[in-house]
Amino acid sequence: MAGLVAKKCITPLVRRITSPEYTVQAAYHKKVVDHYENPRNVGSLDKTSKNVGTGLVGAPACGDVMKLQIEVDDQGKIVDARFKTFGCGSAIASSSLVTEWSFPPHCFFLSLHGWIKFISLLINEALTIKNTDIAKELSLPPVKLHCSMLAEDAIRAALNDYRLKQQDGKIEAVKASN
Amino acid sequence: MHIRRFPMNSQINVYAFLTQMTQYYGVTELIKSRELENDELRPLYMDFQATTPMDPRVLDAMLPYQVNYYGNPHSRTHAYGWESESAMEKARKQVADLIAADPREIVFTSGATESNNMSIKLLEETIRQDTSLVSVMTVNNEIGVRQPVEDIGRICRSRNVFFHTDAAQAVGKIPINVSDWKVDLMSISGHKIYGPKGVGALYVRRRPRVRMEPLQNGGGQERGLRSGTVPTPLAVGLGAACDIAQQELEYDHSRVSMLANRLVRKIMSEIPDVVMNGDPEQRYPGCINLSFAYVEGESLLMALKDVALSSGSACTSASLEPSYVLRAIGTDEDLAHSSIRFGIGRFSTEAEVDYTADKCIQQVKRLREMSPLWEMVQEGIDLKSIKWTQH
Repeated sequence: MAGLVAKKCITPLVRRITSPEYTVQAAYHKKVVDHYENPRNVGSLDKTSKNVGTGLVGAPACGDVMKLQIEVDDQGKIVDARFKTFGCGSAIASSSLVTEWSFPPHCFFLSLHGWIKFISLLINEALTIKNTDIAKELSLPPVKLHCSMLAEDAIRAALNDYRLKQQDGKIEAVKASN
Repeated sequence: MHIRRFPMNSQINVYAFLTQMTQYYGVTELIKSRELENDELRPLYMDFQATTPMDPRVLDAMLPYQVNYYGNPHSRTHAYGWESESAMEKARKQVADLIAADPREIVFTSGATESNNMSIKLLEETIRQDTSLVSVMTVNNEIGVRQPVEDIGRICRSRNVFFHTDAAQAVGKIPINVSDWKVDLMSISGHKIYGPKGVGALYVRRRPRVRMEPLQNGGGQERGLRSGTVPTPLAVGLGAACDIAQQELEYDHSRVSMLANRLVRKIMSEIPDVVMNGDPEQRYPGCINLSFAYVEGESLLMALKDVALSSGSACTSASLEPSYVLRAIGTDEDLAHSSIRFGIGRFSTEAEVDYTADKCIQQVKRLREMSPLWEMVQEGIDLKSIKWTQH
């Protein structure tokens, strides 16, 4: 009788301690679900503005489209970032994470690795977000690695667009002065 | 260990049986119907095409054959064999009655996959130059569309061509008559009709005779077509499932139609740009495949995490290819990525359907707010005119 009672109390405890968290491939990782349920930086910025760079990558036919916008102030620091994604949960999480790293108001959601990345980005002005960092932070399975690659492409496209706009602006200023 | 002898001729109630087993074997957990290990509730089940729960009446019919009537049905020399054999033959008749066939035309297999393999691969052995085989799925499992099997059967019979159909999703859901349909071979699956997993059947026509080579050689059971001891409990379960299906076919069909219409009308009236894939008339109502434009299928499945659904989207298959069925019916690729399959069955309730519809509407609206395609469409941009980057 006592044995049965003890078994009843201990078995669930033992199971909780010994069962490894989220080893099932098919279940969504906690961080991916978190990015979906509490999305940060969803939205749009004014794409006609000179300070906003817009990156639109992917294709609906492939099932993945990411739009990433960054707003840069006159000193060259990113002050705002917004994203919109048509894609699976991992794609949404990847693009959300990229906006967090480029402008994180909620940086306390990051893991230790995420914090290290954020600090390294602060120090190193040029944005060097790599898809491997995204995949590691979100624990993406191999079949979802293309989502992180697309997110990297998106931030590069946004930066390129911003640089192009700045160059156009300079050329116009030069023309106007001539 | 003291094992209680169950009375020979009584029906055994499942829950009473389980309670007794736990007392004797000291198992401290009863099967909880809706709780997971970490005390969350399990999701609602809306994936009846993938598999179905076993009807409790089927389990009642099977249990005596698991623990009490355990004889080999092919044993000819004692009562254990005779009682198992009579149960197996009774099950065979129940399966045959559901499709208006003769019991001698039913072969028990391990499932519809084995039946399909038997029909196609082994017919190749006996193929001569002037014979061939047509194989068609009666009801498609992804979009629910029903093929015109009567017409196909008529054409095949007139040209002397064998006609096989995989009726796994159709048996017990729509009325089947193998003589009217002029079907020569038909595959049946147990776990798609609220029966046990691991059993199926193959209907093999006797007149005109369909000659086949066996897939499995051995003791010559099932008229030499499929050697191997027939698993009596599973066969009895399949028979009981077919029997119940025959009695409840009309009622189930009208109830499932009502629930399906309710779901579709509710969703389509609340959100725009929703497409139902597949023919609206020639279909089985319980399988609904909807494409929600500008929202990706897997993200919607993650959003609807307390409903068990399936998607025709690429992300959920191991490869990155979208469903071949949707591609075959000419669906746009981006809509193919946006499809979700809702499966309604015998045990679905109105409350479950309403909850699913409400949750779906809410999450689609939310995901569209997050979607750049929806934003572009709102601004009046034609998506087909944009040159997308290739990745």
